[in-house]
Amino acid sequence: MSPAFRLAPGAPGARILGLGSFQPENVVTNDDLAERVETSDQWIRERVGIAERRIAPADLSLVDMASEAGARAIKDSGLTASDVDTVIVATCTMPNPIPNAAAQTAARIGATAPGAFDLNAACAGFCYALGTASDLVRAGSAQNVLVIGAEKLSDWLDWDDRSTCIIFADGAGAAVVGAASNTEQVGIGPVAWGSAGDMSDAIRVLPENNALHQEGQAVFRWATTKIAPVALRAIEQAGLTPADIDVLVPHQANLRIVEAVAKRLRAKGAREDMRVADDIVYSGNTSSASIPLALDHMRAEGRVRKGETVLLVGFGAGLSYAGQVVVCP
Amino acid sequence: MADNTEILAGLAEIVEEVAGIDTADVTAEKSFVDDLDIDSLSMVEIAVQAEDKFGVKIPDDQLAELKTVGDAVDYIAKNQ
Repeated sequence: MSPAFRLAPGAPGARILGLGSFQPENVVTNDDLAERVETSDQWIRERVGIAERRIAPADLSLVDMASEAGARAIKDSGLTASDVDTVIVATCTMPNPIPNAAAQTAARIGATAPGAFDLNAACAGFCYALGTASDLVRAGSAQNVLVIGAEKLSDWLDWDDRSTCIIFADGAGAAVVGAASNTEQVGIGPVAWGSAGDMSDAIRVLPENNALHQEGQAVFRWATTKIAPVALRAIEQAGLTPADIDVLVPHQANLRIVEAVAKRLRAKGAREDMRVADDIVYSGNTSSASIPLALDHMRAEGRVRKGETVLLVGFGAGLSYAGQVVVCP
Repeated sequence: MADNTEILAGLAEIVEEVAGIDTADVTAEKSFVDDLDIDSLSMVEIAVQAEDKFGVKIPDDQLAELKTVGDAVDYIAKNQ
């Protein structure tokens, strides 16, 4: 007979304690891009809904951006860096696979030897990491988890490819996840996640130029038809209905995908006055960073308030997808 | 099974909803791209809605072959 293990007591659930984000200062407009590739401001606005995006200079690293966003989220949570015992960085654009971003980021913000790992689920990464963090806290494996989505997509673009260089951008967004002391306080619903690996070629880095390539039409069709059902599953798993959602924050892939997802949710009972994130207009598509960036920006603008019910849903390369309902801190 | 007139009328409603083009302007000889100014992403949205409405499959490679409204009506009629 093996001895019985003692397990951590765990928590009733988890909640988001604070948010933070960071973007490079350098703005790149559609007109800037039109000087380099055959495109126009009107074309980009009509196809993807982007007016401008932020691109990091060479000396601003992914870890720099992750650390800044993470430090801001810790400050917002009211905790200190030493309270953080786990750091998860969702990213798919580190310059090299080793070393990871999370351990460096943790050291940079002053967390004391926390568990630290990167998670790659591309544009769905933040929702995957948030779901993982919530379950770590619930299980008692962690007390306070810093979850960061950080990307430097500009390192992985062919700046002469007008189908991708107009879309992607750099930035980081973060959330601190801690324990709910009772069931009423739980602020992160169960994650609804999945993948479609049979479509892995639809978004990939090409070996010949190390640049991101996307089958735009196939991804658009997939995202506009398959993501609303994931969002509805997240709502159902949380024991809610679409009418309970105050704010929808889908991954900021393309404004037309965002609008298509919102339309499908409204057809299933989501309210007409549900606010929908449109951060892509000024931030571009920042992959795993887009959801926490959009949520933090909307909160700063007063478009989402403390205690409101927010539906997050990420989707992208893999293909992979994940969503959950959260309460805004 | 819808006949060609019914398919055209149904398709015109979808085009109006997706692209804001008056149903009266959606006629068989019109080119989606050149006459109706519909872009590739709107074509996907039209295809998805047509799939639901008429119970057909319109994969992306087939969609690229549907140059005119009449092409789409014929494709749907053959495959429904």
